[in-house]
Amino acid sequence: MADVLYTSWLIARKDLAIEFRTRSAFFSAVVFALLALAIFYYAWDPTAVTAGDLAPGVLWVIFTFSGLLGLHRSFGVEISDHAIDGLLASPASREAIFLGKALANLIFVAAVQLVAIPALVLFYNLPLTNIAGPLIAIAVLAAIGLVAVGTLFSAMAVNTRLAELLLPMLALPFFVPIVTAAAQATAKLLSGRPVVEISAWLKLLVAFDLVFVVACTVAFPFTVED
Amino acid sequence: MEVSDLTRNFGPRRAVAGVSFALLPGECLALFGPNGAGKTTLLRVLAGLLKPTSGNARVSGIELPGGAAARTRVGLISHHTMLYEALSPRENVAFAAGLYGIRDARDRVEDSLRRMAMLERADAPVRSLSRGMQQRVSIARAMVHSPQLVLADEPYSGLDESGARSLTALLEELRAAGTAIVIVTHNLVEGLSLATRAAVMKAGKFIRTDAADHIDRGSYAVTYREALASGG
Repeated sequence: MADVLYTSWLIARKDLAIEFRTRSAFFSAVVFALLALAIFYYAWDPTAVTAGDLAPGVLWVIFTFSGLLGLHRSFGVEISDHAIDGLLASPASREAIFLGKALANLIFVAAVQLVAIPALVLFYNLPLTNIAGPLIAIAVLAAIGLVAVGTLFSAMAVNTRLAELLLPMLALPFFVPIVTAAAQATAKLLSGRPVVEISAWLKLLVAFDLVFVVACTVAFPFTVED
Repeated sequence: MEVSDLTRNFGPRRAVAGVSFALLPGECLALFGPNGAGKTTLLRVLAGLLKPTSGNARVSGIELPGGAAARTRVGLISHHTMLYEALSPRENVAFAAGLYGIRDARDRVEDSLRRMAMLERADAPVRSLSRGMQQRVSIARAMVHSPQLVLADEPYSGLDESGARSLTALLEELRAAGTAIVIVTHNLVEGLSLATRAAVMKAGKFIRTDAADHIDRGSYAVTYREALASGG
């Protein structure tokens, strides 16, 4: 187990180092998030819909699609000059490779969220002081599920000619239950309901995370093995 | 290393058709053959990147492709560098060392890069290096864990004369230290310079195998062409 965790961390650190050097996916995701926020903001009629009603949908649309940009790159870096062969020919277990990739993707999505959530609060003038903790919990729990599913499908799609189209087509149906739970919990939170009312949604997110992380870790070797 | 009746199919096409051979520590098999003969597929099966359709291969008694124990014993060099372009040679080799479970690998990394004369450019991004330099780093990466079996698929690809000399010296050194080597190349001279045995592969089969002391290096090109023409 220690070996798996060490190898996972090694792979995550390598992916993050590559992203830190190139910053291509991160900048794309952040620019997309900010542009989408601005577009939603200017299309918004505050006399018809309150900020609290609109913001959860905006937030989760942005997280879902900006996350896909990073997920696509996750295995894209392995295809260049067949780096994946070096990874698969090494003694690293396939599970460690998956967990390492997923960890790097989780940090990527969290970094995008770190920019997008304050921007959303600014755009929609949302009261963040009392709900920051639960909102972060929802964001982290949803990100774990999204990243687990997205990492698996990124590995499946990367070798195809239509990888950029295939990844969202494969992943989005599996994102629906996570995004629904996260958006519902966020909506309750932003409408001023007590935190205890979102606990059922949080439990559901935890359940989705457990199922998706375990299922995707088990399924991953079949996507990269011959 | 023992390979017994190894077969690999891609759908109806048989890329490797019942190949058998054995290599003792310190032996080097040079594998020649035309494009599409199945040489690369054979190496990919031995490296654990493809599963055999039937037959088996063992290194030090451990079945390939197997788990971590088997893969730890194998070093893979390819004409694809398998490097991350945004990282430096040092980072690439250190990453590989980590994957092979070498903790505190600083000295091993330095030594691998030194052997391939890449210490001076060890911190430059790989993408800024020439193709030949990238190949040197790729070789350093494959050697960092001191494998018992080296699988080299066109390892001279992109190397200049000096790089080719360094690689030959390194492979000879490894062979002398007991490492078994399988080298796939179209260059008969380079292949034979290292080989203790040579095989010609066509349509997935070994159609001719010669021990090095029975090879007339000067006329092997003729022997090779005749073997291909006769199909064995």
